[in-house]
Amino acid sequence: MIDRTTLWIVILGLGFGSFALRFVFLGFIGNRPLPDWLLRHLRYTAVAVLPALIAPLVLWPTATDGQPDLTRLLAAAVTFGVGYASKNVIAAMISGALVMIAGGYLLI
Amino acid sequence: MAGASAMSSYRRGLRDGLPFLLMVFPFGMLWGVVATEAGLTLTETVSFSVVVIAGAAQFTALQLMSENAPTAVVLASALAVNLRMAMYSASLTPHLGPARLWQRMLISYFLVDQTYAGTILEFEKRPHLTLAEKTAYFFGLATPVCPPWYLTTLLGAWLGAAIPTELGLDFAVPIAFLAMIAPMLRTPAHKVAAVTATVLALGFAWLPYNFGLIFGGVGGMMAGARAELYFEAKRAR
Repeated sequence: MIDRTTLWIVILGLGFGSFALRFVFLGFIGNRPLPDWLLRHLRYTAVAVLPALIAPLVLWPTATDGQPDLTRLLAAAVTFGVGYASKNVIAAMISGALVMIAGGYLLI
Repeated sequence: MAGASAMSSYRRGLRDGLPFLLMVFPFGMLWGVVATEAGLTLTETVSFSVVVIAGAAQFTALQLMSENAPTAVVLASALAVNLRMAMYSASLTPHLGPARLWQRMLISYFLVDQTYAGTILEFEKRPHLTLAEKTAYFFGLATPVCPPWYLTTLLGAWLGAAIPTELGLDFAVPIAFLAMIAPMLRTPAHKVAAVTATVLALGFAWLPYNFGLIFGGVGGMMAGARAELYFEAKRAR
């Protein structure tokens, strides 16, 4: 059983800490110009952090206890391929979801 | 006119954010189910989602608390998972930094993976949006993401274990992000950044406290910046 005091310390501490992380640049830098070298790095935030976030989830899904799963790998490949070729986020998401649904019926 | 164009930006953000419901819904439900099963009350489960709004960090904290880890370790690990939010904050600062303080505080509170990814995709696609339009777009996008996060948490906590986990809903999150990343890979430098980040994140996945993600993210950004300089120099020759 989780201790109630610990729980609330964690909820409030994590809430405050997460807000601080989100506010640190938006809040304290505001409209002061950022140096070129930093802007050059920031241009790649999305294409670096998001792949780093999902790559392990694609290769080692938690739902399969970290075992690579054919349906999920295929769904990931199709989503990426459609997104890259069409530049259409929705079309890519739907394609990937369809593979997951089809895989659920065919492979179980 | 400024008000009208901001309104249409808000509506465009709202529309672009609707598909995120597909990932927020299962993820929020899952949190509701897992947290109540770990012994949290309804109030505690929902408070967690409202105060923290960061799914991955919430799951990390819950997992460690269930293992009776020291409070400092719980906080440090969950915050490490959220370190990427500081990078998102920095990345949006050139766009939203001039907004009013209360707006920046609200933006910071609503800054999650989905709102960041959707917003930066739009700002790169339409670089000439005004500050009012950009701000309105952000809040439009956050509307179908953040309030549904609270509601689905509540729903999950109510329904509890009645939800089947074999539906492959866990994969909604990777699918949605892959769909957003693929169209962003416009230049060779973007591709270098993404490939480097992926390789580093996988190679360092064994590190505790999600440091693999931080290494991958920072390494990918550095590789992207270096590649940009390299390709620019090459073009100049």
